Amino acid sequence: MTDVSEILQIIGLSLLVSGTSTLIGSVIGVPLGVFVALRKFRGRTFVRTVAFTFYGFPPVLAGLLVFLLLSRGGPFGFLGFLFTPVGMILAQSVIVIPIVMGITISAMMTVEKRLHDTARALGANERQWRATALHDARIGVFTAVMVGFGRAISEVGTVLIVGGNIRGQTRVLTTAIVLETSQAHYVEATIFGVILFIIAFAVFAFLQRLQARGIV
Amino acid sequence: MDRGPPSALPWPSFITLWRFAFLIAGLLILAAVSVSIDLQPRSYIVLATTTSARDSGLLDYLIPYFQGDTGIGVRYTAVGTGQALDLGRRGDADVVLVHAPSAELAFMAEGQGVCRSPVMFNEFIVVGPPSDPARIGGLSNATVAFSQIASARSLFISRGDNSGTNLMEKTIWSWTGHIPSIANEPWYRETGQGMAATLDIASQLGGYTLTDDGTFLVHRAALDLTTDVSHDPALRNSYSVIPVNASLHPNVFAPGAMAFAKWLTSPRGQALIAAFTVGGQQPFHPDGEDRCPA
Repeated sequence: MTDVSEILQIIGLSLLVSGTSTLIGSVIGVPLGVFVALRKFRGRTFVRTVAFTFYGFPPVLAGLLVFLLLSRGGPFGFLGFLFTPVGMILAQSVIVIPIVMGITISAMMTVEKRLHDTARALGANERQWRATALHDARIGVFTAVMVGFGRAISEVGTVLIVGGNIRGQTRVLTTAIVLETSQAHYVEATIFGVILFIIAFAVFAFLQRLQARGIV
Repeated sequence: MDRGPPSALPWPSFITLWRFAFLIAGLLILAAVSVSIDLQPRSYIVLATTTSARDSGLLDYLIPYFQGDTGIGVRYTAVGTGQALDLGRRGDADVVLVHAPSAELAFMAEGQGVCRSPVMFNEFIVVGPPSDPARIGGLSNATVAFSQIASARSLFISRGDNSGTNLMEKTIWSWTGHIPSIANEPWYRETGQGMAATLDIASQLGGYTLTDDGTFLVHRAALDLTTDVSHDPALRNSYSVIPVNASLHPNVFAPGAMAFAKWLTSPRGQALIAAFTVGGQQPFHPDGEDRCPA
């Protein structure tokens, strides 16, 4: 039913959507996390609590919200992003940002105290101090990005609602699994599941290698 | 990596990587946006339809012919009947292909549709385990069959998802004078899943269920179920095509949607539907009539 070129297209789209949303989630979530961890301001505990709460944000709910925003009847309908990969990326970014932000906060909080005095004593300005703290927390921050990607590649709720599971356009691995399962094609569904698992493993192995080589 | 004491304050490679990530993210977003903008003078229609049209394989069979005849592509999303009509109501779909006459008439009364043309029909059938504990095999009246299932307290598997099939099932129960509930009747169970999954569950548990004949034909080989009730005139399941009203939703690709509606009801489209078979059986019977303005 599904030929090899179509499977490759599904794999490619999965990687494109989840990879891009992880990148967006990281370039927004990490600075936010650094800011919350290193600045003292009123309501900081509340912001952290909210970020952690959003770990448990159901993807279907995020999908519904983004669907309502991107629908022609919604405020951003004129963009025409519903049922396109761009819409799926936006929806997944909503899921990824709080995860990356929350784990970044945790990672930065562990280095904050012992490093701050040293850095200031050595004459670091605020910008240099932030860079130093980020460098020291890099493994934790890197973990944040990986967890964000893991959530993005494996979630089905947002991409199903916002993408519409359109064959050849917005079908990704997880929605393909849902489709095959709903038709009782359990063998095909399992094959897609194995492919998803292998891809996640390959991506994480690659990222771990980057980390081990000290590139990150 | 250097594990010695930190000499000077590092300007870490992390920041370099950071800028790189930022750049890549920006490029990917630009690429994605440009791809979707490039498609703005649209050469495709967005069709909202129900899962039965997809799961039977009919759409994947028809669309290449339509594209070959007209040069217009079709992107379809298969959802529940209610959501399919709502996608039209929101202007997210250009055309809808659904099977819920009362909901369709409401849609038309709101002015959301340009016109409504019948396309084809299939029928609902009652299937059950080969042992047939309620002795309904060979009946042609689903209401009588449901009454016998209820009085025999035989296992019945319901979709329970407010789909078109589930609504039909509830209507038949209402004709028997008693609508079973999962709270009071242990023999009545709801799956909350699609037709194929529900058929599989009925097969595994040895229960009766109501299904459209198309989905049953597609999956029959893998199921331990037999057809008990068919050809009940009350159980005809009619599909209609409705192009969405572009005067309410300016983004709708009206010529493409109208071309699709007219093509489906044309002799060409009708002949293709009649020629579509699954496992040697014909799941959809064309009864198209073009009711759209030229």
